[in-house]
Amino acid sequence: MRLVYENLDLLVRAFGYTLLFFVVAAVLSLLLGTLVAAMRVGPVAVLRRAGAAYVLLVRNTPLLVVLLFFRFAGPKIGLTFSFVDLDLGQWRINNIFASLVVGLSLYTAAFVCEAIRSGINAVPVGQAEAARAIGLPFGGVMTQVVLPQAVRASVPPLASVQIALLKNTTECGALGVLEAFGRMRSFTNNDPGQRYGIFFVFAAVFVVLVLALSFVANRLERRWKVA
Amino acid sequence: MRFTRTRTMAVTAGLALAMSACGGSAGEPATGAEGAEAPEVEVVENPEFEAGTKMAEIAEAGKITIGVKFDQPGLGFKGAADDVPTGFDVEIAKQIAGQLGIAPEDITWEETISDNREPYLQQGRVDLVLATYSITDERRQVVGQTGPYLVTGQQVLVKADSDITGIADLEGEEVCAASGSTSLENVETEGAVPAPADNYAACVDDVLNDTVPAMSTDGAILLGYAAENEGELKVVGDEFSEERIGVGYSKDAPEMCEFINESLQSSFDNDTWAEAYQFTLGGEGIETPETPTLDDCQA
Repeated sequence: MRLVYENLDLLVRAFGYTLLFFVVAAVLSLLLGTLVAAMRVGPVAVLRRAGAAYVLLVRNTPLLVVLLFFRFAGPKIGLTFSFVDLDLGQWRINNIFASLVVGLSLYTAAFVCEAIRSGINAVPVGQAEAARAIGLPFGGVMTQVVLPQAVRASVPPLASVQIALLKNTTECGALGVLEAFGRMRSFTNNDPGQRYGIFFVFAAVFVVLVLALSFVANRLERRWKVA
Repeated sequence: MRFTRTRTMAVTAGLALAMSACGGSAGEPATGAEGAEAPEVEVVENPEFEAGTKMAEIAEAGKITIGVKFDQPGLGFKGAADDVPTGFDVEIAKQIAGQLGIAPEDITWEETISDNREPYLQQGRVDLVLATYSITDERRQVVGQTGPYLVTGQQVLVKADSDITGIADLEGEEVCAASGSTSLENVETEGAVPAPADNYAACVDDVLNDTVPAMSTDGAILLGYAAENEGELKVVGDEFSEERIGVGYSKDAPEMCEFINESLQSSFDNDTWAEAYQFTLGGEGIETPETPTLDDCQA
């Protein structure tokens, strides 16, 4: 454990990368997932099928395969993210980071879509019919009536999906960004005698992060509860 | 009845096809410089050791398990179609096993990646580790290490048309190395941004398709990759670290240290060490270095 205290700056930078991955991919996946969910319940058959195909394909592909595709296969076919080059203090947002964020977001979006769709199914059909009856178009029905109710019902599954995303970021540690998991490996390689202590510290920080996430989810659930 | 027979025949034919597909040749050895011959392995008959020592136990059993790396061309490498790994680490391991009266074909090769070398030794899953295992004080608190049998330094591999002339040009730039390796640490110490990869082959890909400007690890390994991709990659700069590559053994058997040192010293003296170097890491324009000086064993 001593090694971790002596290298606190490295620990902070590692978890900084983990959180950056999480925040960017969480926002992107929520946006994309909601869009795909709307496509899947919408009136246009082509979009419905496209949404279903996307979920079927991405949800059944292991995350590592998705990430490997964007990280290694992408550049071979000209799909590079070399236009991304940002410096945020000691954090670098580069092409590798971008390709992994895209992979994480696309993967998580499929699960977000299904969580939201389960919420939409929880909204009584009469709500949508009433909205249509007063002349709202599909966009209005979704944004004004159905989604606000659906999101309430989807908070618990959405929280699970996002917690999974937070832990899934560790796969990036072997693929080019020295985030928490990658840093843990180099710590244990440096000083195998402190293996248990190092593992304990990293596991503990992850537990704290997940607890914080579930706390937020809990609050949202309470606030949005239908009286 | 006839239907059943046809089906049986079809299955048999399919099996035969599948088996012939598996029987493809393992191909040429992945390493081996032109003209160099594999060093001879001296297998001692009925070696004598003090009763109760680990050496006596291994010699009695007639078999040994050695941990090596499978992804480092020239040092420890095993291709998908190979039966046994090849490389300098592997040749040295054969020499040591020979001193225990164990022929190369009786050695069990276990893959040890950087992360699991200490646990494997502690659990007794391997008897020895020769896996580009740099000697460090921290590691010596957990496992036994002796040697070194090779002293190398880290260099930089870049694209052939790159302007980079060494690690100094890469400050603040991404440099790829295997995750959890000493190479990655050294890159960071030199001020570059460490970009971990699963293995060095992945780094080579990254350099080739411009994902990162450079990769870095032991010069010997880089030369192997540069030779594989002639005209596309080059090795630049001076060595900026010193790695002393040694043999790992369990702390429960400290008597192994003297034995390993004697085995290494005899391979230095009878030139099998130099032959192994030429066979695995040598090549045109590469000089065989002086033999390193072994560390003393602490009693």
